[in-house]
Amino acid sequence: MSRQRDDRLTWETFSEGLWRENPVFVMLLGMCPVLAVTNSAINALAMGLATTFVLVASGLLVSLLARYIPRQVRIATYIVIIATFVTLIDYAIQAISLDLYNALGAFIQLIVVNCIILGRAEAYASRNRPLKAVVNAAGMGAGFTFALLCLGGVRELLGAGSLFGVNLFGPAFQPWVVMVLPPGGFLVLGAWLLLFDWLKQRSAEVAPSPRGETANGR
Amino acid sequence: MAADSLSFIFLNTVLANNFVLAMFLGLCPFLGVSGKLETALPMGLATTFVMLVSSLCAYGINLALVALHIEFLRLIAYIALIASAVQLVEMALKRYSPTLFRALGIYLPLITTNCAILGLALFQTFKGYDFAQSLVYALGAGVGFTLAIVLMAGLREKLALSRLPSVSQGAALSLMLGGLLSLAFMGFAGLGGGH
Repeated sequence: MSRQRDDRLTWETFSEGLWRENPVFVMLLGMCPVLAVTNSAINALAMGLATTFVLVASGLLVSLLARYIPRQVRIATYIVIIATFVTLIDYAIQAISLDLYNALGAFIQLIVVNCIILGRAEAYASRNRPLKAVVNAAGMGAGFTFALLCLGGVRELLGAGSLFGVNLFGPAFQPWVVMVLPPGGFLVLGAWLLLFDWLKQRSAEVAPSPRGETANGR
Repeated sequence: MAADSLSFIFLNTVLANNFVLAMFLGLCPFLGVSGKLETALPMGLATTFVMLVSSLCAYGINLALVALHIEFLRLIAYIALIASAVQLVEMALKRYSPTLFRALGIYLPLITTNCAILGLALFQTFKGYDFAQSLVYALGAGVGFTLAIVLMAGLREKLALSRLPSVSQGAALSLMLGGLLSLAFMGFAGLGGGH
């Protein structure tokens, strides 16, 4: 599958962010918010949606403006575009739910330095048509949100015995508190990566893929 | 110790609320550059240096923003500030200390996207630290980052020689190590008591 410049919009444009190039599990980008705000599923979902919004909006704007931005200052311009949308979402979350705003804290503002967003702006949005850039950004955002939910769900389940604030195990459950504390973030993400690596290794053993397919990555 | 005394702020940010291990800031270099001790230490020092400079500038910028009633521009101002601070530090080092520049050279640009720097600037603003407190906070954050990345590099160097199942090599292993380190640092929690 060659990466030629074609403007066709395919399912692949959206889905690559979901699984094959999942920003968290495959590319290991944007780790800071991934670990910091995933102590409950609801925080994880909010963070994922906020990041998706910034990804899509900045992807659209970068894609529209790319030809007018001089090459030398492009990174600085992208950062300012991203920071603008982050400020927007920061104030929006503050207006919608103050509890959520306090729970996420400075990590909403830190979306600016999330490398996924700058990476997508530079590597994809600036080289593709607006529609394609938006679809791809939405896919990446969905993949990011999915990964955050994987982490947040497991951590909340083990550490507090609930999911989205709904208690699942009844009063007899002894919470595994360390899972909602910082070490739990590292351990749960490590465990997910182990699981995915193991699955990948197994599927590679069962059906060795032809050489051409693997050249796709890096 | 009072919660806003300088020694308390320093100890708290180095140990109890370590930027990397308790607050998850600056994980990219923590996972990426911690392969060897000889690169981990310069990275830590360079980051500490940039932290001090940008904390100082952020303090000044924030005063100006508040005076002009344009706090909503804070984020954009800080990001631009950090990018230019890194650039300035790089130029100054090249001019006045070529040896140090050669040692830190490749790490400096990477620091711009280190969220620990922006996080530091934002946190010191939220906490309303004065000038001396901001500086000590930045120093503590830098020392804490260096400590974490050096410890991690030491552990990874040891593990590189041991036999591991092939699945667990790579990022998963680093994260597990990070988890154990973080668990160890939780022992200091009694020192700090929240943040």
